[in-house]
Amino acid sequence: MESKYTCTCANEILKVELCGRLDATNAEGLQTELKKFIGQKIAELVFLARDLEYISSAGLRVIIFAKQKIGADAKILLVAPRDAVLNVIKMSGLDNFMAVVDTYTK
Amino acid sequence: MLRVDLHPTHVSEDGKYHLRVGKPLPFGASIVPGGVNFSIYSRYATSCKLVLFNKHEQKPFCVIPFKDEFRIGNVFTMVVFDLDYENLEYGFYMDGPFDPRQGHRFDKTKVLMDPYAKAIGGRDVWGKTPDWNDIYQHRARICFDDFDWESDHPLETPIEDLVIYEMHVRGFTRHPSSGVKHPGTFAGIKEKIPYLKELGVSCVELMPIHEFDEFENSRVSPTTGKMLMNYWGYSNVGFFAPKAGFAATGKFGMQVDECKTLIKELHKNGIEVILDVVFNHTAEGNEKGPYISYRGIDNKTYYLLTPDGYYFNFSGCGNTLNCNNPIVRNMILDCLRYWAADYHVDGFRFDLASILGRDQNGAPMHSPPLLETLAFDPILGKCKLIAEAWDAGGLYQVGSFPAWGRWAEWNGKYRDDLRKFLKGEPGSLGGMAQRLQGSPDLYSWEGRGATASINFITAHDGFTLYDMVSYNGKHNEANGENNSDGSNDNYSWNCGWEGESTDPAVNKLRMKQMKNAVAMLLVSQGTPMILAGDEMANTQWGNNNAYCQDNEISWIDWSQLDKNRELFNFFKKMIAFRKAHPVLRSSGHFKNRDYMGSGFADITWHGQKAWNVDWSAESRMLAFLLCGMHAKGGTVDDNSIYVAMNMHWEMHGFELPKLNHHMQWYVFANTDAQPPFDIWEPGKEVRIENQNEFLVGPRSVVILVGKESK
Repeated sequence: MESKYTCTCANEILKVELCGRLDATNAEGLQTELKKFIGQKIAELVFLARDLEYISSAGLRVIIFAKQKIGADAKILLVAPRDAVLNVIKMSGLDNFMAVVDTYTK
Repeated sequence: MLRVDLHPTHVSEDGKYHLRVGKPLPFGASIVPGGVNFSIYSRYATSCKLVLFNKHEQKPFCVIPFKDEFRIGNVFTMVVFDLDYENLEYGFYMDGPFDPRQGHRFDKTKVLMDPYAKAIGGRDVWGKTPDWNDIYQHRARICFDDFDWESDHPLETPIEDLVIYEMHVRGFTRHPSSGVKHPGTFAGIKEKIPYLKELGVSCVELMPIHEFDEFENSRVSPTTGKMLMNYWGYSNVGFFAPKAGFAATGKFGMQVDECKTLIKELHKNGIEVILDVVFNHTAEGNEKGPYISYRGIDNKTYYLLTPDGYYFNFSGCGNTLNCNNPIVRNMILDCLRYWAADYHVDGFRFDLASILGRDQNGAPMHSPPLLETLAFDPILGKCKLIAEAWDAGGLYQVGSFPAWGRWAEWNGKYRDDLRKFLKGEPGSLGGMAQRLQGSPDLYSWEGRGATASINFITAHDGFTLYDMVSYNGKHNEANGENNSDGSNDNYSWNCGWEGESTDPAVNKLRMKQMKNAVAMLLVSQGTPMILAGDEMANTQWGNNNAYCQDNEISWIDWSQLDKNRELFNFFKKMIAFRKAHPVLRSSGHFKNRDYMGSGFADITWHGQKAWNVDWSAESRMLAFLLCGMHAKGGTVDDNSIYVAMNMHWEMHGFELPKLNHHMQWYVFANTDAQPPFDIWEPGKEVRIENQNEFLVGPRSVVILVGKESK
C-alpha cells in the first residue's frame, strides 16, 4: 500500500489520516504539514490509523511533536490502530497521553 | 539566514552520496540537518572507511573512505547526506599496523562497531541464534535523542533514605508465573511497578543493561543438558546502548524508547534507578577473542597491555579496560553523562570498581584521576556513585576506596559479619556492632559517614536469602565447571538439612532466620539493598553463581509469593518501619554521647542486662537503643527504638532500659512469634505488659518502639 497522509481541520478538530507506513522516509513531510497548524486553536487531534500498516520510531515522534506543539491542551485520539501498530505504541510506553478508540464519527 | 556548513562539499567515489567534513565532537553518529555526522577517534589508524548497511543485511550497500581532509587530529569525521537513518547500520574499517608487541592489532578486513553507538542491533531478540557467518555481529545504529520526558527528572532522594532492590531485567519477569504481557523486558518491569510500590522499595538497581552478547561463551551444560548463556551480562559490547534483547520492542529497534519509558514511569512512582555499569573489561576477551570494536580501532589505547603486548586480566574476563588513559577516561565520563542526562538515571554501581583506580601499568593509584573526575563531575553531581570496591586481581578496598566524600561502597564486610552473627558463629559480636552503626570502623574518615555503606546480605553474586539459610555449601554443578566456580566463603547455615526439606521444624527455623536477617538489615545505619525475590524466598537451589543460567534457576518464580506471604508481609512492614523512623537513617555516624540532653546517648548498647553487654567470643546476644531525640543528628524528633538480637539457640531474657517518664515500650516485631503477631503496622505497635524485661526466643530478633503511653 502506498504511504500517504492527509490533514484536514474543521471546527477545531484536526484529523490526520494515516495510510501505509509512517517512518523516517515520510515522517519529516508529515511533520512539516502539521507545523502549519501551530498556533491554531485545536480541541481534538485525531489520528485515523485504520489503514496504517507500520509505524517506526520516527513516525511516533511526529505524533509526540503534534501533541507538544499543536495539541498540548487538546484531546488526542488514535482511532482503530492495527494490532501491529498498537503493540509498538504500547510496548514503548508512548500510549500514555492519547486515548485509543475503535471508531470516530465526528 | 541559511548556514553555509549544511551543504555537501564532496561526493563519494561511486557518486551516490554527498559528503562534507564533519564535526569531531560529539563522537559517534549524530543526526544533523540533512544527514548524519560520523566521528570516531583512533590514534594509530592510518586510514578509516565508513561501512553502511541496510538493517539486518549482511552485505554493506556502501563503503565510504574518510578523505584526508576529513581527519582532524586523531579523529575521522564526516557528514553523509540523505541517508535513511532509521534503516541504517554502520561500522568502520580501520587500517593500521598489526604489531602485537607494540600493542597494535589493526585488521582492515574487520567491520568495527562504533564505541559510541547509542543503539546496537544484531541481538535484537534475546536468545535468537545469530547468523555466525555475518561479518558484522554487533551493528551500530542511529537513534533519536528527543524522548518526551515531560517534567521528569532524577529524584535525588538522599541515599540514606533509599531502600535499593537489585534485579536482573530478564530474570525479574521472565518466569511464566510473573503474569506480565512482555516477560523478561523493560516493559515487564513496568507492569510490576505496583508490586514494587506495595513492597515499598524506593530504588531499583538494574544489573547490566548495556548491550552485551548473551551468546558469549555459550555452551551446553554437561549436567543438565540446558544451554548456558552469558545471562548476567557483565561483559559489555557497547557502553552507550541499552540491551536490545531486554526490550519487547527490540525487534523494532525501539529499545531506547522502552528503557526510557520504564525509567520515567519508575520516577513517577517515586522509585529511583541505579545502573550496574561494567567499565573494567569488554566482551572482546583476550588475544583469542573476537574483533568487535575497541581492539580494531585502537587496541593500545583501550586496553591494559603487558610489556609483550598481551592483555592484563585484572577483571578475570580476559582483558582490562585502560580506564586511566585520558581517552578511555573521557569515554567513560561521556558514557555516564549520557545515561544521566539522556536517560535520567539516578546513579551508578561500578562493577569491580577497584580496576578503575589502576594506572596504565595495572598498579593501584593513590588518587586515581578517573575516580576523582567522576566524584567532581558537574553533570553527575547529584548521581549516586557506588563502588564494588574490589577486583579480580586481588585489590580489596572496602573501607579504603578513594572517595572524596562522594563514593559509597558495596559493603562486603557487612554481608559477611551479619551472616556470621546470624548463624551464631563465635566472636562475631564486635563486627556486628560496627555494621549496625554504618561501619564507622570503615567509613569514619575523609568526610565519609554511614552513607558510604551500602548494606546487603545477599546480591546477585552469591546465595539468595532462602539458599543462605538452606545450604551449607554451593551447588553449582549445573554451571558445568565441576562446582569449582563461585565463592566458597558463604557463611551460610542450612538449619539442619542441606537443600529442600519437608521437616516443619527446619522450614520454620529457615523462615525465622530470613526474618532475622531482613530485620537486622533494615535497622542498620547505611543504605539497605535487597536482592529481588528474597522477599518471597526465591531459590536458586544452592547455585551461588548463576551467571550462565537463563532458566528457572535464575528466573524469579512468582508462585513463591503466595506460598510465602508471611515473609513478604514481614519485608513490607520492615521497609515501612524504616521509612517511618528517621532515627534509622542517619547520614553521619553516631557520636556515642547525649548531645540533645535527652538522658540517653544517640546509641547505647545492651545485653541480657541493660547497659551491659557481654562482648566475649562466646556471646551471641546484643541489643541497642537508638534515642529518638537524636534522629538525623538531632534535627528531627522520632521515637526511640530498641533492638534485641539473640542468635543463641536458647531463649534469653533481656532487661529493658528504662525510658523517660510517660514513655513505654511497644513491640513492633518479634521473629519468634507466629503471624500475625510477628510484625505490626508501623504506628500500631502493641504495648508490652512487662516493661522491665522481654523474653527473646532462640535465634530471634525483637524490635521495640519507645513512645508515650496512651
